[in-house]
Order: sequence, then structure tokens, then C-alpha cells
Amino acid sequence: MAKYKTAPLKTWQKAKEIRANYYRDYEAAHEKGGLRWAGGAWTFDAIPAGLGDDVYPITSEPYGATVAFQKDFSDRCLEAAERAGYARDLCSYMRNYWGSILLDEYGWVEPGEERKPFPKPDFVWQDHICCSHAKWYQVVSDLEGGIPSYCVDVAVGPYENTTEHGIDYVVGQMHDGIEWLEKTTGRKYDDEKLIEAVYNTCRSESTWAQICALNQVIPAPLEEKTMYSLYVLGTLQKSSKDVADFYDELKAEIEDRVASGIAAVENEQVRVMTDTQPPWGFLRVFRYLAEKYGCVSVGSLYTFALIGNWIWDEGKFVPRPTPQSQGVEIKDRDQALRVLTEWELSKPEWQHFYHPKYKSDMMIQIAKDWKLNGVMLHYNRGCEGLSLGIAENRLAILEAGFPVMIFEGNMGDEREFDEARTMSRMDSFMESLDVPKLQ
Amino acid sequence: MITTGIDVGAKNVKVVIQEDGKILGKGLVLAGLDMEGAIKGAMDAALKDAGISRDKVEKLYATGAGRKEVTDADDTYTEVGADAVGTVYIFPQARTVVDIGAEEGRAIRVDKQGKVVDFAINERCAAGAGAFTEAMARALELPLEQLGPLSLTSTKAVPMNAQCAVFAESEVVSLIHQKTEKQDIARAVHDAMASRITSMARRVGVEPEVALIGGVANNPGFVDSLQRDLELEVLIPEDPEFISALGAALLAAGIAK
Repeated sequence: MAKYKTAPLKTWQKAKEIRANYYRDYEAAHEKGGLRWAGGAWTFDAIPAGLGDDVYPITSEPYGATVAFQKDFSDRCLEAAERAGYARDLCSYMRNYWGSILLDEYGWVEPGEERKPFPKPDFVWQDHICCSHAKWYQVVSDLEGGIPSYCVDVAVGPYENTTEHGIDYVVGQMHDGIEWLEKTTGRKYDDEKLIEAVYNTCRSESTWAQICALNQVIPAPLEEKTMYSLYVLGTLQKSSKDVADFYDELKAEIEDRVASGIAAVENEQVRVMTDTQPPWGFLRVFRYLAEKYGCVSVGSLYTFALIGNWIWDEGKFVPRPTPQSQGVEIKDRDQALRVLTEWELSKPEWQHFYHPKYKSDMMIQIAKDWKLNGVMLHYNRGCEGLSLGIAENRLAILEAGFPVMIFEGNMGDEREFDEARTMSRMDSFMESLDVPKLQ
Repeated sequence: MITTGIDVGAKNVKVVIQEDGKILGKGLVLAGLDMEGAIKGAMDAALKDAGISRDKVEKLYATGAGRKEVTDADDTYTEVGADAVGTVYIFPQARTVVDIGAEEGRAIRVDKQGKVVDFAINERCAAGAGAFTEAMARALELPLEQLGPLSLTSTKAVPMNAQCAVFAESEVVSLIHQKTEKQDIARAVHDAMASRITSMARRVGVEPEVALIGGVANNPGFVDSLQRDLELEVLIPEDPEFISALGAALLAAGIAK
């Protein structure tokens, strides 16, 4: 007899469609006279939106994860990158992405169809928050025959120390970038589309954070494995109206689940969070935890705040209200860029690049407010950026009184993840938390 | 109540039969490829040692990497939990347990009830496990049993890197070519491994007293290196390779929880 009632998400199919259409639209952009661009999930994607509605992005981290999920294809991509001379300890998303270009094979495959050639982007639009981001697209540009590339440097944080000069520095690059986009594409830039995309960005990010905040309740209405498939839409195109609208719809559904006591894990008896990207080819470890122990991973700073935007408010970690909800009306390009810059620079996942203490503070607050029994940290060999300072985070969380388990792995390179040993380690962790096995 | 703990490790299957906290019998068989046969062999050896038949065993708990292979187990327990229980039963004062088996090294911080407070396990590398010393003994053309006593005769510390067993082996070969004395190489092997284990133990916090269990605890050269690196004496039980099986047997009896 289950402890809680559970039900599949009604919006699940729509999330899948948005993701599928994203990769289809990117691939078919040229057939419709449109443009393709490539950049990271962290990039200011609202800005290329001003080039028109037929300009389609491919963001590299979720693309790398999509490749990683297809283990055979990923192995071929990784080996192709290694054969080309790139070291095995580089970002595994990056190696999957480069390998896909080198093999000229697209990571998105329609059911029943052959794998297609990798659709070459027309230009690169990127920013530099992670240590790999800059060189990633320099190589992409080289591999794709020298496609034009523009990068925005955002190293003006941490947010609590951001100055007007720092904002000016980023906004100045954005203004130059818009001129570069017009020159590179031959298109006239539309500020109204930019403004709408900035509003959408803020709406997507605030709403996703509100959805994650609903997971504080017991039983949790969402578990992290499902959340990965939902938050990813924001990493694909947070500035898109479809994504922002979807999150509104999802939030309404999650509110209903909370009101009705619908659980993600029907026998929830222990709550944990993780950190950084999971080993994408092995998400079944979450199902194992749920089925064997009634363990729900309620999320992580990564799932909450790579896309979600949060602020500290009287010692609590809460979803950041959108500028538009605070009465901000964007009237011109410069204001749109300033709002976008200030908004993005405040995102939690941008802060730990400056010092692990920012991340520790947020993780400890999550552990308290989401009522966690323990924390499982992924020492992710595939991502130097998000693993930066994770050992310090572990110590801080332990000191705050939360048990921590670590496991080593790699988000995008299955060769560096030992599933059996990781599951055994999870068994040990559950035992140490006195969690009884479900019969 | 007579209970049995079976520890199905990477190299050996160990069985302990106990009654009211007193060990009645033990059995150890090389695991090999025939796991079912090894489990039966170790069980038969322990029953013979205890002088009882299988039907006298009221409960059987399995632990170790291959615990799921024990099809007639009443329950399973992880090696981390079983290590903690078995060690604190023997040494109630132990607060840190270091277990080094054939393919895995573990550091466990425990409370006085034998409950796990924190733990760390070596990752996908044999450099912190018994397989490392076996490989190095092979490179030195020595029987494994001689590696420890030989290293105790060394008077010279030679630096060696043990981040990877394969690289360490080539380093041993280089030292041989440099005419480094065998006993100094043997000590270098143990020092390097001890350094790796100490670093792992410090991740969970080394709280005295420290107990060393697992098959590698039988290697006096490694024990010497570990004690120097930890700057304290470690507790070593009799038959250290059976402690995990003992923990499982005690858990089965309800003597420990």
C-alpha cells in the first residue's frame, strides 16, 4: 500500500514536444529561410531574438547531455574528439559536441529515422562565465570553417559586489554585439523583439524558481529525474515565449499537485538533494533510490538555479520576482540590455565561480528549507566549472549538520562512471541515514 | 541465537558464524569465477570449523560487493555498515575504521554504537587497495607475504607516486633500473599507498582511535607506513579480513543495529 497517491505529469508530453520542436526547428531553419546560431545555455539568448522569429539556437550543454544520453553515439563522439587530439579530461559536454561536429552526425534523431548530418550554425553567440566557454566556441568556429563568433565577457561579479561600471562593461559589449549581429547576418535588428525576449527570460527564470520552491512540501510533487526534463527547456531557450508560457502552465499543475497531496515518489520517506549535472546515461540511479528506499531527490542548486533566478530575502532563499512584476517597463534597447544584464548576473549558479562560499550558503539554505535528510554530491569529472569548490561545499554542508555522500562520475562520459559501485555507495548512505528498505 | 555473516568480497568469500557474540567458526575461500561454489565452500568451511550443521543457523546476512549473490540470505547489509558494526564490537573505543580489501579502500567514521557517521571510498583506481600491493610485489618478483617484512628492513624513504597503479608499476621498474634496494622500493610502495589512504581518511576526519581491518592489515610493512603517516598507532584485530562478515553476523543476531 503506497504512502501517498501519485500521478504522471499532465504537462509531460508538452515538455517533450517543445524540446523536440527546438531541435527540429534548428535543423530545418535554412529550409524556411531562417538562421541558426550556437551558444551556451548561459548565453544571453534574448539578444539574437531581435534578429527575427526565424532565428533558431542550439545550446551546447543540453546538446552535450542529449548526446551523452545516447551512450553508443556519445562514445563515438568522445573518441572522435580524442582522435582529433583533444584531452580526455576536458569538459565532456564540449567533447561530445565537438565529436558530433567531427563525425558530422546530429545528436537529435527522429524515431525510425537515420541520424542526419550535424546542422552547421551560421554564427556563434556566447558568453564567458565558465572556464571552458571561451575556448569551446573558438574550436567550434575552427571546426566549422571559421564561422563568425561573438562572446560577451561577464566577469564582473559576484553579484553582491557588482558595480554600475561592471554593468556598463557588459552592456557595452551587448551594444557592440547587436551591431555585430546586424553586420554578420545582414538583418535589421528589432528592439521590440528584444524587449519581449527579455521579459520572457525573466518570466521563465522566475517561474521555474517558483516551481522548485513548491518542492519544499512533503511529499514532494516533483523528483529530480523529472525536473531534469523540465528545467532543460530553460537551458534551450529561456527567452522563448513558448518556454515561459510552459512554465506558467507547469506551475499551475504543480500547485494542483501540492493542493491534492500528489507525490512524485509514492513512498517518500527520505529527502536528499544532489549537485551538478548527473551522469546522464545513468539516471536510473534515481529510480533505484525511489523504489528501494522511498528516497526523493527534491532537486539541487543546479536544477533550481542554473535557469531559475533566486534572491536572498531576510535570510531565506526565494524566487526572484520579475522586473515586470515590480513595475519595470522596458522602453528601449539600452534599458532592455541593462535589465537583462542585472537579472542574469544575479543568478545563483553564476556566483560560485567567484567563491565556493556563495554556493555553500545557498545549498545549506536549500537543505534546511526543503527539509532534507542528506546530500549526495557528484564529483563530476566532466565539468570543471560546476565542480569547482565542491569539496569545500561538502565540508560546509557537513558542518551545518547534514550528512553528505559523494560519488565520482562524469556527466557526459560514461567511461568514468561506475554504476554498480555508485549504487552500493548509495546503499551505504541510506543505511547510515537509518532508512529502511521498502519491501 | 546462532547467526552467520557472509562477506562476498572482490577476492575472497569470508564467513563468520557466531552465537551470542562469540565466534564459533570461520571460513575463507578464494572467490574466483564460480561465485556460487565459493560461497558454498566458505560456508561449509565455517560450519565445519564451528562443528555445526547448516540448519542450526537461524539467520544469515550477506555483505560485500557480491552480497546479492547470496541467494539464501535473510537480508543484506553494505560493507560500510558491516565494517562499522564488526569493528566497534571488537574495539568499542574505535571511532575511525580503515578497511582495505583487495579492490577497495574505505575510511569510516563511527559513533560508539557502531553507527556510520561519514564514510569515503576510493574511486575507480586500485592504488588504494590490496590489488596495488599485489601488482607491486609482482613487479619486484616477490611473494606478496614477503613484501611487508622486507619493507620493514628499509632505512631509506624513496618518494613514489601512487595516484595510479599502472603508473606506479612503471615507477617501480624505473627504481629497479636505478639499482634502488628492493627493501626501499617495498617501503616506497607502502608509503605511497598509506599516503593515499590517509588522505581519504582525513576526508571523513581521523578521530582516534583508528582501527585497521581488511586483508591488507596483515601486511606489517603497510601498517608501519600507515602509522607513520597518521602519526598514531592503529588497532588491528585478530583475523582482520573477517570483521565485515562478523559485523553482518552481529546484525543478523540483532546484537548490533
